[in-house]
Parts: sequence; structure tokens; C-alpha cells
Amino acid sequence: MRTRLVTVLLALITAFLVIPGAAATADEQGGESLQGQIGQPDDRDQGVEGIEITVFQGEDEIEAVTTDSDGMWEVELPGPGTYRVVVDQESIPSEYEIRETVLLVDGEAEAEVGANEQRPLIVALDEAGAAAEEPAESDAPEEGDGAAQEGEEDTSAEDPTVEVEGLSGGFGDRFVQLAAAGLLFGLVIAVSAIGLSLIFGTTQVINFSHGDMVTFGAMMALLFSSGAAGMGNSLLAIFAGLGVAILLGAAFEGRLGRTLLIVLQWTSVFGGIALATVMGVLGDDIGWRVPLWAAAGIAVVMGAVLGGTMERYLWRPLRKRNVALIQMFIVSIGLALVLRHVLLVLFGGNRTRYAGYQVQELVHIGPVSMPPRDLVIIGVALVVLVLVACLLQFTRIGKAMRAVSDNRDLAESSGIDVDRVTLYVWLLGGGLASLGGVLFGLNQVVDYEMGFRLLLLMFAAVILGGLGTAYGAMVGGLAVGLVAMLSTLWFPAQLMNAWALALMILMLLVRPQGLLGSRERVG
Amino acid sequence: MDILMILAESARSAVGPVAAIYALAAVGLNLHFGYTGLLNFGQVGFMLVGAYGVGISVAVFQLPVAVGFLVGLGCALVLALLLGIPTLRLRADYLAITTIATAEVLRLVYRAGFAEPLTNGVYGLQNLSSGFRQVNPFDAGERYGVGAFMFTGNQMWLMTVTWGLVGLAALVTWMLIHSPWGRVIKGIREDEDAVRSLGKNVFAYKMQALVLGGLLGALAGAMLAVHQGAIQPDQFKPQVTFYLWVILLLGGAGRVFGPIIGSMAFWFLMNFTDGFLKGLGREGLLPFLDGPDYGAIQLAFIGLLLVLLIVFRPQGLIGDRKEMLINVK
Repeated sequence: MRTRLVTVLLALITAFLVIPGAAATADEQGGESLQGQIGQPDDRDQGVEGIEITVFQGEDEIEAVTTDSDGMWEVELPGPGTYRVVVDQESIPSEYEIRETVLLVDGEAEAEVGANEQRPLIVALDEAGAAAEEPAESDAPEEGDGAAQEGEEDTSAEDPTVEVEGLSGGFGDRFVQLAAAGLLFGLVIAVSAIGLSLIFGTTQVINFSHGDMVTFGAMMALLFSSGAAGMGNSLLAIFAGLGVAILLGAAFEGRLGRTLLIVLQWTSVFGGIALATVMGVLGDDIGWRVPLWAAAGIAVVMGAVLGGTMERYLWRPLRKRNVALIQMFIVSIGLALVLRHVLLVLFGGNRTRYAGYQVQELVHIGPVSMPPRDLVIIGVALVVLVLVACLLQFTRIGKAMRAVSDNRDLAESSGIDVDRVTLYVWLLGGGLASLGGVLFGLNQVVDYEMGFRLLLLMFAAVILGGLGTAYGAMVGGLAVGLVAMLSTLWFPAQLMNAWALALMILMLLVRPQGLLGSRERVG
Repeated sequence: MDILMILAESARSAVGPVAAIYALAAVGLNLHFGYTGLLNFGQVGFMLVGAYGVGISVAVFQLPVAVGFLVGLGCALVLALLLGIPTLRLRADYLAITTIATAEVLRLVYRAGFAEPLTNGVYGLQNLSSGFRQVNPFDAGERYGVGAFMFTGNQMWLMTVTWGLVGLAALVTWMLIHSPWGRVIKGIREDEDAVRSLGKNVFAYKMQALVLGGLLGALAGAMLAVHQGAIQPDQFKPQVTFYLWVILLLGGAGRVFGPIIGSMAFWFLMNFTDGFLKGLGREGLLPFLDGPDYGAIQLAFIGLLLVLLIVFRPQGLIGDRKEMLINVK
């Protein structure tokens, strides 16, 4: 008993260390460069546009740049060395002024850049006049206590995963409001995490690339709702080809001759690729756009095809080769890296939002007020969850999924076509992940790392509910969302995800199989 | 585009300071995964505490670098215990999830607003290498080496120390693995229950392996801090851990020299692809891509390499295929 107490205590300490928060936006690049982001003093996530920055080496000017709408700037350098960076004081909006630091004097800074280093250079702004009141304030780390004022400023820079609108009033009001936000967040996590849990149940693979499937969905919906043209059509063609191939395989396996089937499948895949090339060449000639709900539909179908393709052309062959589970896990990490960075190349590293749903009048339902888009998210998520539950509970394929998830060997010996069920699970999981991505993107922002941020919370949700059980993922997702949001009542918002992960660690200690899991699952 | 120049530059980076630092961290990871079978996906967390051990001691408290190294190692020890106690009893993939979450969380804590008095938040800490360079036996102004392999005196000093540490770590690993202790942890990798049935305390052995590998990771982080002279929390992103995994799997897990060869090969490949892509870009052969995309392509390439290695050559360059047939239950 004592050891367990010690363990719980230590887990709690770990939990205090756990603080997911703002994610960095810096892109990965090769070569030497100087870069940075200039943000507003009260909210560093809001960039300041149009500040001119010039980089010199010795007396030679390398390049002059201006910050973009996110306040980002970057200068590619010819090689390692010492550079002088000059910020044009005139170009700074009059309400701000440069914060003087040890490194940055009179808008000039020296930066030593090593080989292949992407050196960030911090230029911070203050409200005009603020520095005059506190002249001794500096960023120098020596003054251990001097930074208290900066700490204050940082708490206002809110975590991008948390945006609760209309938050005000007394404790009761805030409680209800946050509970509603937590419900929304939890539903989004639940929708995304069902696939993760079912995939684990049926194949024992912890799919690390699930987060990037979420990103994929959000990005696709963004693409088709903001105007598809060349790239959209090409992607659509490729996925159509893959989808037809998978469906052919699922429908006619065993009925048609093996060779014929393979020929048909590859014809469809290559047909898709050929069509994609044609579409790509045609480029913007065939431009079209659909409203967000239709784009979301396309994204869900494409997500399902993505999941199905991964299962059919990667995981199934690996299973047939008896690749060990650890190796599969590492493969899924590799896959996540590929997917994320391909998306980054295709869509860039900007943070975008779905157009047309940003500024909305709040709807008041009793004590809760939300924008209509959040109500729609909750509605869609609830309907989808109920539908998935019905599918799992009442249909043949749903029962088969649960059976395979429960015990693969037993299911196989009782005549279930396990491979086909696994394929359907991947299709379902991929589609739901995409939908989760659209909902998450609608509620927050779309960027290439959004799925990775959600992934750890999805892991927390499925572990909490019990790995491998679909209903566990739903319960766990709701619990994680509620805990994360409600914790902001008492603790700083930066800590909100920490509580969700702490819940996960506690669960691992007390009941490793999760709320709804069966005991044998954990070795 | 001068292929020979790119090749020479890549070869230079394969023996350079960064390769040495990653080799050191990968030797630690090898102890975790290669010998004990622990799926540690948070090695960068150990590097982070090591680097910040040096950073905070030197830049904030003005202590000597040696003290900083000790602080970093102490932090790594505490981190390993905190991580291991709740998760080492569970199945391997739980450890993977917990470690990656912890490492990411550590980065966010170090860059969070309330930690700024110590860590200086996103700004990071500067001026960390002067203490280390004071004891430099090489002449800092001089350049050493032959042909393409030219390094400054400061780089030479750092490389000497880091490669020395790598050699020492490899020697210690070799001695440990050929001791009764090593046989037990390899047994744990193969079949935990069998080892348990022999009356060994599996948990304690796993914990020792985790601590040892973590200390090596922290040492690598500390060397990184000294090498760069400045650290920011955002350079300790999960990508670093993925690099280390590729290094380990490329070289061959479960081999003493695996991570070292892997690190050299990896940095050679990284710099080669980078130079090659940039060269193509300058020639105007990559019209669809901008400069920032090259880094993303490189990371996608890393991911692909990870997949292909696992599928087609799980033992890496010098590994033994039989050693890699680990199956976790």
C-alpha cells in the first residue's frame, strides 16, 4: 500500500509539471536564417504587421524584410557568422515601442548564427510609455525577481487550444459556461478518438498518425471550402482512385479471380494518378468551391479513404509479415511525420480559420451563451456519436467490429472475416478523425500541428476510457474535455491540458485498463 | 551545383560537434530501447533538462560550467525516477505515450510565462560557453584539420570532449552489457516474465536502465548548450527524439557502435539532402517549392526513412536481425 501511495504522490508531482500550452509556430528550415515573430504586447499570438527589419553583415546589407500579418519575419543568410539586425523604429505602429533589452539596444541587435542554425531573434514590443514608467525593466536573466511583471503579461497570452467566448460573470456563470465549452471540447475529442481506440482494439497498433489524420480532415475541408482548383482536383482524383481500389478489394475479394482483381485495383489507382496529373496541368481552369458542410463531407470521405489506404497497403502487409508491435508503432510515427510535413508543404504553416464563421452573434440558452457555430458542432458531434453507437450496437458489421476488438482470434475462429472488419474499422476511424478535424478547426484554428496537439489528449481519452473500447473513447473524451476546461476555474489556463494528462496518469496507476476496459488487456 | 562540395560538406558534418552530441544521446537511447526494450520517446526531455541544468546554473546563478553539468545530470535523474515509477510496470507502449507527453510538457513548462525568472521563457538563455572555452587547450583563432575537415579551435575542443564522452559511454555500455547486469536487461527485452520467474526485480533493472540512458541524454543536452552557447526551449521539440530514433535504427539498435555509426550516417544524409535540395532550387529545378519547404521535405524524408528501415531492414546498418525481433506483449 505504501508503494502505491508513493507512486500516486509522484504521479501528482508529475502532473504539476505537465503544462501543454501555446505551440510554437516556427517552421523547420534548412540553412542559416534569422527569424522571429513580433507580437502585440498584450497578446503575443497576435502579430504586428509591417515592421521593417534589415539585416547587415558588417556594413553589407543582406536583406530587408517586413513582418507579415502574423508578425512573422525571416531572413535567409548566406552562411554562419555575426550579423547586425536593425529594426526600423519608424515602421512600428505609434501605440507600441520596442522593449530595450541587453541584446537589443536602440533597435539594433547582434546575432551570432552557427552553421545550419535557424536563429530566432526576439523583438518584443511594449505599449508606448510603459517602458518609461519602468525604466529598469530588462530581459536580463540575472535579475531573477525582475521578471515578475513579464510573467503577468504572459498569462494573458492565452493558450490557442482554449478559446471560450463570452466568459464573464460570477463563479456559477463561469462554471456553466466552462462546462458547456468542456462538453464541446470533449465531444470533439471523442469523435476523433473513437477511431484510435477501435484501431487499437482490432489491430493492437497504437496509431500515432491519428493526429495527422485529424489535421488532414481539417485541411481538406479548408481547401474545398475556400476554392479547390488544381491541387484540390488532383487530390480528389488520387483519392477517388484509391477509394475505388479499396472498395473493389472489399467487395469482390474471393469472388473475382485474384489476378483480375489486382489488375482492376492497380488500374484504378494509376487511373486516379493519371487523372490527377491532368487535373494538375489544367490547374485553375476548373475552379470550384462548396459551402463548408459539403467540404466537410468530402473531407470525411477522403479521410476514410486515407485510413483505408493505410490499412490496405501498409498495415495489412506488415501484419502478414508478422512485424512486431513495437515496430508497427515506430512505423506509425514515421507515417505521422510524412503526413504532417507533406501537409505542411502543400498548405504552408499558416494558421487559418474557416471563413464566414468567425464573428457570430452569441446565442443565449439559459445561462449559457455560445456562437451558433459551437451549437452546430455540439449537435453534429452528438448525432455522429449516437449513430456510431447504433452502428456498433445493432448492425452486423458493428457487432463484428466489437467482437474483433474484444478478441481477434476468437472472432476469427467464429467465422468473422477479420481482415475485412479491420478495413472497415480503418475506414470508419479515418472518416471520424477527419470529421473531428473539421469540428476542431471550426472551433479553433487550422494549422499543420493541430492534430499533434490533439493527439496527446486523444491518448489521454482512450487510456482513460480503456484502450480498445469505442464507448470508452467517448466517455474518456468527454471526461478529458470537461476536466481540461473546468480546471481553468481554479488554475491558470496554461495548465488546462495538464489536468487531463494528470487524470491519465492517475488512471494508469489505479486502473490501467481504463474505465471500461477488461483487466487482461494490460500486461 | 557542385556535388563534390556538397559531399565534402556532408562528410564534415558527419564528424562534427552536432553528430557527436546526437551520438551521445542515441547511445543512451540504445541502452533504453536496444538493450532493455523500453520505448522511450521522450529522450529530448532528458536533453532539455541537461541543457537547462547548464543554462540556468551558468546564466542565472553564475556558477561554473562543471556545476551546471552536475545540476543537469541531477535533474535527469529526478526526471527518470518520476517518469519510470508510474509507467515502467505497464506495457511498453504506455511508456512511449507517457514519455512523449512528458517531454513535450517539459518544453512547454520551460517556455511558460511563470518560469521566466529562471528560463527566460521563449527568449532562452545566452552566453553559456565561455566557461567551457576558458579551459580550451586548442587555439580558438586557429583552424585545425585537413582538406574539407576544417574546424575552429573551439569546435575542436568541443568535438574532442564530446567524442571522448561518446567513446566513454560506448565503453561503459560494452562493459555493462557483458556483465551479469547486461544479461538481465537483455533478458527483460526478450521476455520479461521469464526474467521475473528467475527472481529478478524487473522493475528495478528497468529503472536503472532508464536512469543510465537518461543521464547520457542529459549529458548530450549539456554539451548542446555549451556548443551553441545559447538555448531556447523550442529547439527541444519532439522532432529531436524522432531524429534520435532514426539514428538508432539506422545504425542498428542493440549494438554498441550502432548509434555512433547511425549518427554519422544520419547527419551525412541530412546535410546531403539539404545541400542537394538547395542546389536543385538554385538551379531552378524545383519551381513548386519555396525555401521553407525544404525543411518540411527533409522531415517527411526522415519519416519515410523510419518506415522503410523498420519494414525492410529493422537491424539497421550493423545490427543483428535476431536482436531486433522484439515483441512486446
